[in-house]
Amino acid sequence: MIKLYGRIRASRSTGEPLIVRLTSDGELDSTVRQQHAYLLPNVDLSNAPRGFAATVSVSDGDTPLPGGSDSLHVELPQELGYLGPGDIVRLNTQAREVRVLYRVNSPHNSLFVTERCNSNCIMCSQPPKDVDDSFLVQDLLHAIPLMSPETRELGITGGEPTLLGEKLCQLISACREHLPETGLHVLSNGRLFAYLPFAHRMASIGHPDLMFGIPLYSDLAHQHDFVVQAKGAFDQTIRGLLNLGRTGVKTEIRVVIHDQTYSRLPQLAEFIARNLPFVSHIALMGLEMMGYVKMNLGTLWIDPVKYQRELSQCVHTLDEAGLSVSIYNHQLCVLDRSLWPYARQSISDWKNEYLDVCQDCSVRDHCGGFFASAKLRYSDYIQPIPPDQVTCSLAPTCKAVGSSSCP
Amino acid sequence: MISVALPQLSRRFEQPDHYGPRDQTARTLPFRFIRLDGDRYVATNLAGEHIVLPRGAIVDLVNGTTRPDDPRYVDFLRKHFLIDTSSDVALDLLAVKYRTKQALLAQFTGLHIFVVTLRCDHACPYCQVSRVSSDKLAYDMTTQTADKAIDFLFRSPNPNLKVEFQGGESLLNFELIRYVVERVKERNVTEARNVEFVIATNLALITDDMLQFCLAHQIWISTSLDGPRALHNANRPRPGHDSYERTIEGIQRCRSVLGHGAVSALMTTTKKSLDKPEAIIDEYLARGFNSIFLRWLSPFGFASKTAGALGYSTDAWNRFYERGLRYIMKLNKGGCRIREEYARLVLRKILTPYATSYVDLQSPTGLGLSVVVYNYDGDIYASDESRMLAETGDRSFRLGNLEKDSYEDVFLSDRLLTVIDTTMTECTPCCADCAFEPYCGTDPVFHHATQGDMIGHRPSSGFCNRNMFLFKLLIQMLEDEPESAAILRSWAAA
Repeated sequence: MIKLYGRIRASRSTGEPLIVRLTSDGELDSTVRQQHAYLLPNVDLSNAPRGFAATVSVSDGDTPLPGGSDSLHVELPQELGYLGPGDIVRLNTQAREVRVLYRVNSPHNSLFVTERCNSNCIMCSQPPKDVDDSFLVQDLLHAIPLMSPETRELGITGGEPTLLGEKLCQLISACREHLPETGLHVLSNGRLFAYLPFAHRMASIGHPDLMFGIPLYSDLAHQHDFVVQAKGAFDQTIRGLLNLGRTGVKTEIRVVIHDQTYSRLPQLAEFIARNLPFVSHIALMGLEMMGYVKMNLGTLWIDPVKYQRELSQCVHTLDEAGLSVSIYNHQLCVLDRSLWPYARQSISDWKNEYLDVCQDCSVRDHCGGFFASAKLRYSDYIQPIPPDQVTCSLAPTCKAVGSSSCP
Repeated sequence: MISVALPQLSRRFEQPDHYGPRDQTARTLPFRFIRLDGDRYVATNLAGEHIVLPRGAIVDLVNGTTRPDDPRYVDFLRKHFLIDTSSDVALDLLAVKYRTKQALLAQFTGLHIFVVTLRCDHACPYCQVSRVSSDKLAYDMTTQTADKAIDFLFRSPNPNLKVEFQGGESLLNFELIRYVVERVKERNVTEARNVEFVIATNLALITDDMLQFCLAHQIWISTSLDGPRALHNANRPRPGHDSYERTIEGIQRCRSVLGHGAVSALMTTTKKSLDKPEAIIDEYLARGFNSIFLRWLSPFGFASKTAGALGYSTDAWNRFYERGLRYIMKLNKGGCRIREEYARLVLRKILTPYATSYVDLQSPTGLGLSVVVYNYDGDIYASDESRMLAETGDRSFRLGNLEKDSYEDVFLSDRLLTVIDTTMTECTPCCADCAFEPYCGTDPVFHHATQGDMIGHRPSSGFCNRNMFLFKLLIQMLEDEPESAAILRSWAAA
């Protein structure tokens, strides 16, 4: 698991936190140096180029911070030593902390826009907080112009991003302006799009590659409302999906599978195929063992092996209806072999892990593995797949088929 | 419904029953029902979703007495037969689904049939329209007429246009086909529609030259194959008695130049076919087709005069069809992939939110709205059957003439509008109350020809009887035969 947060030491305190891109280019044009922090190859400040917002080095122990300079120097903790040129950080010298906002070499960058939410899902991995965190968007609006235009995809997540209203639209507009080639994927409950003008406003941004990933937990309103702990949420989410479809904004349906949702997966698939066939994709996801899951484990936990029948029916119905469907957050050894072609390696790199037992598995490289949080509870059926049990049902998605690394 | 309390749920959260309806305020949404068999009924909602129920459950649904703890209660909720205080989004979804089913209407006429000649080298007794003649002047479409028809084609607002060349034997006037294809492509540089071309032909006269033209312009071929050699040649006589041999050879030649999928075949069922459904299907398989359209003989034109020799009762057709469909199921279960096209069209209506553009299964009628026919002489007809009827002297469905009438004259004519608005199944007697109405359609030409009025009398209608039989057969198979159901479901998606 990669750390995205750490404590820093700073040579002096600045007022507002700094949003800076790291660079090792000492010749950088002076007009943009204030948006950059210069990565020092060592702690020697004497030859450091001038004009940058800060100079940065990675702590090598107890070396005292170099003094004698007006310019800001920041020392990052060792576990953030992986940071390099192009990465963007938020340096808060007063609180002595650093947050990683963007890693240029990662395919899993997310913009975390708010901790607030209008739902309170019983399995929420990121429980909402009712706080004023509008600074998050302000920081991101500074960070977006510093991101690489070659970024393939960016996530937008919370909390519930749509609670930001017009600010969210501004954020997406900024992405369209500065990162026109970057796909945007927003995790939202979609409820506020029940207001058609808001859907129209979102569509009017004209972002070329924008998708809203919206959870739907049941074909029955009261069951969905129970899972998200909000009366009327099902109707709002469905109307939101319809309005986004009507205004031409792409949508994805996301289903988290647990003991309160697995049994109606077949009916949910029929409902989606019949009522919401315009969605671009359906993601069927395993439980992430974070947040509320710990306090509700007894209500939520079911061994994935025990819902393979419902999951297979669900996938088959959606696939047959011509809809694109994927399984996320499941280990290959607990999935029916017929479902392997739908399994994706979906867990963000910074929270992805494997167990010791996985070392001997012949399909490990194709497997999504575990959330780092999975140690709370995982399937009793995790086991290495011996090579002679691997069929080429992986073929539709496996890049290794036919090559020397093909299992 | 009964919600089970979850003792392990943290007390910070509400229990399931907090979100379920605690009062009995369920309201029934519009639905229709019909007896399927024995004690079973089929109920359908506005958007064509269906549910099979025993009589007692139908009675409860009608009376609004389904109890929330009845396991069917949630099925009624999710399929939009009932609505209660837990959700009212069903109304929005029904509206969207109803619009989706009717979406093709907004596109307007997609299929434009050009009858390039009435002349034919065959003399099939069931044929409605063809003439064995060498008189080109009398029975061929002229380029002047074709120009007018192309003007009409591009007046249609439909972004997807299909130009089908019919006869007679259309290849006897290939020069006109060539002319039309080239003119349409020229016009389409600025029109930018998706235009598809199809030639309906018996293939007896196809040449390499024609095939090269078809290849260059991506033209599809639709031919006739009635079954094995003896049956095909008996149904489709031509000098030399070699229709079958020429068709088979033609299919091979088309495939070798245009690709396997560029050729499709249609069969017509005559009295001689009735005891051979398996042999007919085997013939299609042997020729490398993965689908067959079991087609009933239309009672039009010459066909009705020869009805004694060729015709058969609706019951005889239904028996033939079921035998054929069951044989196709058996083949599929044995791993041989072949599907029946009429069943596929109906299944798409039953099992998906979408409609089909098949002219005979639409309401309002597909006449004029989905299809229009430009006859060789410039007359405009509302469908292929309409012009066949006209060849027997009944011009009830003639909409005008390309020389004399404007596009508006034709498509806003009282004649067309009257057919459309008087025959909508949503309000015709019996249809309006029929549970199968969402799957069915209206066939004004058939009812006019067989019963003397466009609306017709359902209990004695062959159209109604045939479709009713098929709907029940398919729903029984979906309910009772899991293995067949899986095959049928895969067709609906195709």
